[in-house]
Amino acid sequence: MPTEPDPEHPPEHRARIHAARAAHWARTRRLTALLLALWLATGFCTVFFARDLAHWSVFGWPLSFYLAAQGASLIYLAIIGAYAWRMRMLDRAFARQLGEPA
Amino acid sequence: MNAGAPVPVKTRSYFRRLSGYYLWYTACFGLFLAALAILENEGMPRQWIGYLYMFATIFLYAAIGVVARTSNVSEYYVAGRRVPALFNGMATAADWISAASFISLAGTLYLHGFDALAYVMGWTGGYCLVALLIAPYLRKFAQYTVPDFLAARYGGAARGNVVRALAVAATIVVSFTYVVAQIYAVGLIASRFTGVDFSVGIFLGLASILVCSFLGGMRAITWTQVAQYIIILVAFLIPTIWLSVKFAGNPVPQVAYGSVLPKLAKREAQLAQDPREQEVRARFQARADGYAKRLAQLPRSWEQGKVEAQRRLDAARARNAPLGEVRSAERALMAYPRSSDEAARVWLDERAANLARAQAPEPHAEPFPGKTRQESDIRRNNFLALVFCLMFGTAALPHILMRAYTTPSVHETRVSVFWTLFFILLIYLTMPALAVLAKYDIYTALVGTSYDALPSWVSYWANVDKTNPLISIVDVNGDGVVQLAEIAIDGDVLTLATPEIGGLPYVISGLVAAGGLAAALSTADGLLLAISNALSHDIYFKIVDPGASTQKRVTISKLLLLAVAFIAAYVASQKPADILSLVGAAFSLAGSTLFPALVAGVFWKRANHYGAIAGMAGGFLVCLYYMMHTTPSLGGLASATWFHIAPISAGVFGVPAGLAILAVVSLLTPAPTRETVGLVEYIRAPELP
Repeated sequence: MPTEPDPEHPPEHRARIHAARAAHWARTRRLTALLLALWLATGFCTVFFARDLAHWSVFGWPLSFYLAAQGASLIYLAIIGAYAWRMRMLDRAFARQLGEPA
Repeated sequence: MNAGAPVPVKTRSYFRRLSGYYLWYTACFGLFLAALAILENEGMPRQWIGYLYMFATIFLYAAIGVVARTSNVSEYYVAGRRVPALFNGMATAADWISAASFISLAGTLYLHGFDALAYVMGWTGGYCLVALLIAPYLRKFAQYTVPDFLAARYGGAARGNVVRALAVAATIVVSFTYVVAQIYAVGLIASRFTGVDFSVGIFLGLASILVCSFLGGMRAITWTQVAQYIIILVAFLIPTIWLSVKFAGNPVPQVAYGSVLPKLAKREAQLAQDPREQEVRARFQARADGYAKRLAQLPRSWEQGKVEAQRRLDAARARNAPLGEVRSAERALMAYPRSSDEAARVWLDERAANLARAQAPEPHAEPFPGKTRQESDIRRNNFLALVFCLMFGTAALPHILMRAYTTPSVHETRVSVFWTLFFILLIYLTMPALAVLAKYDIYTALVGTSYDALPSWVSYWANVDKTNPLISIVDVNGDGVVQLAEIAIDGDVLTLATPEIGGLPYVISGLVAAGGLAAALSTADGLLLAISNALSHDIYFKIVDPGASTQKRVTISKLLLLAVAFIAAYVASQKPADILSLVGAAFSLAGSTLFPALVAGVFWKRANHYGAIAGMAGGFLVCLYYMMHTTPSLGGLASATWFHIAPISAGVFGVPAGLAILAVVSLLTPAPTRETVGLVEYIRAPELP
């Protein structure tokens, strides 16, 4: 199981891989936390303030009904899209970092 | 761990070839619809159209199964890990959209208005958790099942078996209740549309499931599900677009129904004040009061009622009344409660049913209406609790998570979750639109017509199921005009009857039924595979006989699939009301049991073997306890709820309890081994392109 970097590499290379992995994981965690906060806020606020939002109206929908029926779900889709896109950038940055000569 | 490496296929050309196949398939499906429409015009009877749909689609699924047959382990369990993200998303969406989503959700939205949007929010929001917390890491781990991951993470080779057994048990409990409901729905749809017997319908549906998953496992199921998704989508969109054009002059229902909502609200307000409506509601109120009075005078009222029923029968016989009258008096006596206790139960239900019909309709778009602020708050809290339970449950359903293993790379898994939600939303954003459009049609066109001129779909659907009518309209106040309060609709009929409500030909009704069948079969496929994989891979191969050859593993898996399918079909053919009512509970149970262990497994290195076992068992027990404690039919008390949260949302206590127990027990016991920490680091590390 490739849990450890290749032992053939010299120690400084292994340290570099470790550092790159740690940085990648820190960024992943931050991104995940940020998007989860957005996810929670979307779900919670839509429901908790539904009665107050019902007085507003967008194109015929009461705002709270629109958010619960479409808005929240579209935000969820955007969250997943943003995550997939951003993680690909992070993965590429990681690969670039390892590819650079020591 | 070579299974993790992307299979070297020419992905782009593979993708293009697949797209070509499915475009062809969609075109052929369109031609098939057109041919049926012509045949109907030529006078082909309805029953035949039903048969044609049923057999054509079942044959199609079986044919895909034959083409995609395999006995390779990787192909059988995870479709060779080369399903492109778009198609994996489509297949997962079909896996996800169950009979309940397809047939009942629009009806639930029709009946409960804003409250039912909790299902839309919860079931879509759950995919955020799947995408952010679970799916990419499962893909990086790159084994075969969910218990695989939990066993490797909590205990490794030596001690993982307890965790594995617990995870398998949870998988089976959750998936089995769910699969029984799907097979039940298959039987219902088949029997309603083709007139075959309910059990025959079940076994016909089962045949297609079996040919498909038995021959090709995950690989065949994936390609069948993509085909099924296309049918589901077409079947759902055509009638809704039609209604949308009819009422809003706009072919995009998701956009159009905004303009119908204010008109509906105006009509609702008008009906709430209408004197004739109030008269009908007053009659239901009087009936409810009558039951209340009889309940208060038990057991004397029961004896009096029995004597009265007997007397009426004797009187009818004595004066040589027409046969029909005598029969109905006989039936009334037969149906009379046998004991005072039974009378109490029956009359309580009757009173509740009449009281419900005595209420003015709630405004469709208004959030949490209530007489007092407190009542309204309770409804809001229940809505929130249900949303979060459905989210956590979605993120822990084994047949959905299993899909994370089938893509070529971690990145593709992340994209595939995006496509999954995208394809689910195509349906889910349309459901509230359908509910509003159908409601507007019924409120304006059906309400106010005279009883001589009822549309034909009403009498058709009223006679489909005699014992449990899907729609019943009775002239309660005898004025010969339909009032809203006189209509009783079962939620299930809405989606199925939409084509007829909108005045579309029967071909489209058959298409909707085929869509419902596809939704039920695709979900049943995935669930059966999840169960049989858990049994064959996790129990047989990992615990009983680790030395089994790959050939033997696949054979065992196929045999178990067959066995599980027949058990599920047998259970479904018994029409078990108690199991069907448990389906909603499956989400809470899945979330409470599996979610804490899955997430802590990736995000908290300190989580260990003991913590996982305690957390899974604890979450499950807390959830189960709350359900038993608060559901009257399970021996609990409806008044015993905590914070007025309904039993279906038990996961709102189960998930935090599971997380807390997992954390506390992990901290009290030794830290996991270096090996386990290494595994976590491997799972977190990015995949090199």
